[in-house]
Amino acid sequence: MSVLLFTALLFGASLLAGLLGALTGLGGGVVIVPVLVLLFKVDLRYAIGASLISVIATSSGAAAAYVSEGLSNIRIGMFLEIATTLGALLGAYLTARISSHSIAVVFGIVLLYSAYASYRGRFQDVQMTRRDPLAVRLKLCGTYSSLSKPERYSARRVPLGFGIMFGAGTLSGLLGIGSGAVKVLAMDQTMGLPFKISTTTSNFMIGVTAAASAGIYLAKGYIDAGIAMPVMLGVLVGSLLGSKLLVRAHVATLKVTFCLVILVLGLEMIFSGVTGRI
Amino acid sequence: MDLAIGKLLRFGAIFSAVLVSLGGVLYLQHPLRSAPKYNHFLAESTSLQGVAGVLRGAVHLDANSVIQLGLLFLIATPVARVAFCIVGFARQKDHLYIVISSSVLVILIYSLIQGGR
Repeated sequence: MSVLLFTALLFGASLLAGLLGALTGLGGGVVIVPVLVLLFKVDLRYAIGASLISVIATSSGAAAAYVSEGLSNIRIGMFLEIATTLGALLGAYLTARISSHSIAVVFGIVLLYSAYASYRGRFQDVQMTRRDPLAVRLKLCGTYSSLSKPERYSARRVPLGFGIMFGAGTLSGLLGIGSGAVKVLAMDQTMGLPFKISTTTSNFMIGVTAAASAGIYLAKGYIDAGIAMPVMLGVLVGSLLGSKLLVRAHVATLKVTFCLVILVLGLEMIFSGVTGRI
Repeated sequence: MDLAIGKLLRFGAIFSAVLVSLGGVLYLQHPLRSAPKYNHFLAESTSLQGVAGVLRGAVHLDANSVIQLGLLFLIATPVARVAFCIVGFARQKDHLYIVISSSVLVILIYSLIQGGR
């Protein structure tokens, strides 16, 4: 295969992944790794490296808009980034030591979870009465305007949320993904923050989390220019297009289709990992 | 502070994408040569792993180095964002969050130095 064709195919696939990732809110990184590994027969380590790069690019691109609109809570994000960056260091350290088979299996399980979480749709807002005194001390609160009147919110169960964030960071470093689904779970379900604030703050945090493992990936040679270039540009263009199209698209049908794709990819990753083909 | 951070992130994403695209054009100068095989993992040649090596290559318009330079800018963007937040919190005299942001920055710098060795 000529280098032009290979690059063009990678770019096309990444564009589609970024587009679907933005439309369904799952992010492009979660599908780009299995697509690279299963379809393009790229070594898992190169795939993870390229995916991590695309995650930083889309996070910076999307967070730029949310932060400007004041939707991301910078204090909550910054505080939880202590947990995610430490986790990311651990994850990147583990990637170099765990076999590709095991990483493929873990990846498959994360894919299955993402499909499930996305299929179930958004969680119900959690009603919890007790305010966490830690949240008051750490100023983990804010206001956001829902419909008409501004509503105050404050974080709850801060230590548990912090712990889950550490896990999200570890997965991000281990698999080269943004692990936005787990981050939203920590903020939305555990800490009782409004859904909109959770998703936008998660997006804001993804770039910093990923940057914490990028140095190690770079040094280990996981980030190959020939793969990272088309993947980063493709996912970035795709997700920008996706966020523009979001208003008009039939998200419901798309979401079910994309969930099925992720489900199949997840099973295939687990199967390939167990049988030792990856 | 929000607006300025938004601008910084946007600039970082666009600037690195432009550099990577430029590198991509150089990379595809000989479009019909066969694509490298990626099914077996070989660590990238060592000259590309350090910042100095990447800069040296980029000056000579080596395609891989130009792409890697763009990627380094991309990785630097979130790091710059955290540094920027420290300044923002310092202006608000929020001592607690100066400490929290500085911790995140220390972790990030540690990971980059640790990785760069």
